[in-house]
Amino acid sequence: MSVRTEEMVLNMGPQHPSTHGVLRLELTLEGEIVTKVVPHIGYLHRCFEKHCEAMTYQQVVPYTDRMDYLAAMGNELGYAIAVEKLLNIQVPERVEYIRVIMAELQRIASHLVAIGTYGADIGAFTPFLYCFRDREKILHLFEITCGARLLYNYIWPGGLSHDLHPDFVRLTREFIKEFRPNLVELNNLLTYNRIFIDRTANVGILPVETAINFGITGPMLRGSGMKWDLRKDDPYSVYHKFDFEIPVGEGKMGTVGDSWDRYFVRVREMEESLKIIEQALDQLPEGDVTSAIPKRIKPPVGQVYARIENPRGELGYFLISDGSTSPFRVKVRAPSFVNLQIMDELCRGHMVADVVAILGSVDIVLGEVDR
Amino acid sequence: MIYNFFYNLFGSEIIAGFISAALPLLIFILPFALIAVLLERKVAGHMQDRLGPMRVGYHGILQTIADIIKLLQKEDIIARENDKLLFNIAPILVFAGSYAAFAAIPFTSAYIGANIDLGIFYIIAVTGLVVAGILMAGWASNNKYSLLGAMRSAAQIVSYEIPTILVVLTLVMFTGTTNLMTLSENQTALFWNWNIFGGPELSLAKFLLIPFMIIAFLIIYISTLAEVNRTPFDIPEAESELVSGYHTEYSGMKFAMFFLAEYANMFAVSAIVSALFFGGYHSPFGYLGNTLDIQWLIPVEQFFWFTFKGVFFVFVQMWLRWTLPRLRVDQLMTASWKYLIPIAFVNLLIVGIITLI
Repeated sequence: MSVRTEEMVLNMGPQHPSTHGVLRLELTLEGEIVTKVVPHIGYLHRCFEKHCEAMTYQQVVPYTDRMDYLAAMGNELGYAIAVEKLLNIQVPERVEYIRVIMAELQRIASHLVAIGTYGADIGAFTPFLYCFRDREKILHLFEITCGARLLYNYIWPGGLSHDLHPDFVRLTREFIKEFRPNLVELNNLLTYNRIFIDRTANVGILPVETAINFGITGPMLRGSGMKWDLRKDDPYSVYHKFDFEIPVGEGKMGTVGDSWDRYFVRVREMEESLKIIEQALDQLPEGDVTSAIPKRIKPPVGQVYARIENPRGELGYFLISDGSTSPFRVKVRAPSFVNLQIMDELCRGHMVADVVAILGSVDIVLGEVDR
Repeated sequence: MIYNFFYNLFGSEIIAGFISAALPLLIFILPFALIAVLLERKVAGHMQDRLGPMRVGYHGILQTIADIIKLLQKEDIIARENDKLLFNIAPILVFAGSYAAFAAIPFTSAYIGANIDLGIFYIIAVTGLVVAGILMAGWASNNKYSLLGAMRSAAQIVSYEIPTILVVLTLVMFTGTTNLMTLSENQTALFWNWNIFGGPELSLAKFLLIPFMIIAFLIIYISTLAEVNRTPFDIPEAESELVSGYHTEYSGMKFAMFFLAEYANMFAVSAIVSALFFGGYHSPFGYLGNTLDIQWLIPVEQFFWFTFKGVFFVFVQMWLRWTLPRLRVDQLMTASWKYLIPIAFVNLLIVGIITLI
């Protein structure tokens, strides 16, 4: 006698605790084994790119914040660099240094969220709150700088909206001093926890060729063992002046390119970011941060592609100018969007619980996926 | 004493027995669950550099009462596609299972709900009701997450009952009784007479037994964690995967029943562990009542020590919950079938041989 069996289709999301926003994953299950994953996106679509065409270049800046809202400084930096390239202007040294400091602080803040929520996905809730406690200090630094905690509107084409707060340098140094031991604590609590390793090592292995074929960038690509970081390989701003390492996945706990590697690359990147911030604070030059801001942005006809290393990968802006005060076309290459494509490839043959572990290690922000 | 009072009042053995077993326990369980929920939130808060509930009452001590009132007011939602009968029975069954287990737990030498000779096996059997309740809840909810959670839960509880029973067997073999009252009584006087230190008899076997008793204790503690669905084995209600498992669809008081059962269960297994290994209600340092020669003080002290030991193990459960991540289903099964059961079995044999010598 044969029993008719059916595959079960399970909708994960858009309201689900660990889809990191309004993502819907359509899982096809054979018992607990996943045979197919179809991500459905668009629940947070706000027509960012089309909307930009109706605004002046300056007005776009606050909208870039709202894409990857966990790394708003990075988004602004990328856009500012693109517009500056289009206008062909130079910004003062001090501006570049402050931008780097902000971008790296933002990288730490963003990775803290990624790591914390990843821990929560696996079931460890306490590291999540420890991470948020440290992130809070970074947000405080941003707040004293520009008054906002999440969406800053701080890095403008040609300069910055404000100079640093007088206490900023001291507070940042204090933060670095406090944060280093916390990172050790985080490693003891989560990274080298046996259960955490069992859950993440050898789960969702991403070979480097597949990663390149899918256009994966950022910590995911580096987790697969590829040393590719735009800060070193295509330096922008003043990154060429700093000394830092690019951590890559080594397969320490399992296979190269597994979820644990991707996670650990993020942890080590935070240490490297601390190094960059320290160097930048030491070398911080004096100067006026608003002097180079153009009163009216009216670039010549042309097109430009600028890319930066955001916490989630390569964030690229493709701008076309028709010579007017508003862009003719803005196209964003969003790292979360590109990285999300790999879900089906990574999840096949794993269990439902692993889907959560893999999605957490992909680290997406739905604001950026949908734009 | 309580039995006699109700016997005189109603003149029926059955009613008197029923009330004397059920009423004091209910009076104990409900406030305990309230306090345990608050304790959990406070423990979690302080472990996470937060304060926990602070608004209702002094340092939030009335928070759970406020929550209960809120739950009472909530709409009791039953979706159209639910199997109404099973959906309604399930929470009652789950609570009944964990509540009934309390009947055979000796709180003091003066009070036990029902002094059954097969006490420990009665508890293991009656907690099996919980599995049925969870399966019912998962099935009747007509929700895929609930179903997955219920299936996982049933598989998990059934697998982890085996190492639990093996350890209980070890103890039964060693002490020669299945009556929890006698079991506790044997471990009288000071703390080195507890079973975890090889029992009350002073001999070579006592010292040989200590390491194996500790292994047995660790096995039963890990298994009971899995049986009450606590981290790192809280897979049935793994919030990050299954929303909240078998009770996803429940709201209001039915949800509160599951919640109550969970905390009652936590205490029940802790109480069993302390009765088996840590001298039950016995004080580790002798009694003040004996020294002062006040007889009624002794049961009070015993009740205090029993609750203290139980709450201590409940605290350890909370501690683990807020420290450890969660295992995956297959890893959970591996842990039970490949490690705990063989170790428990070998341990059983060794303890048997040592006892025979």
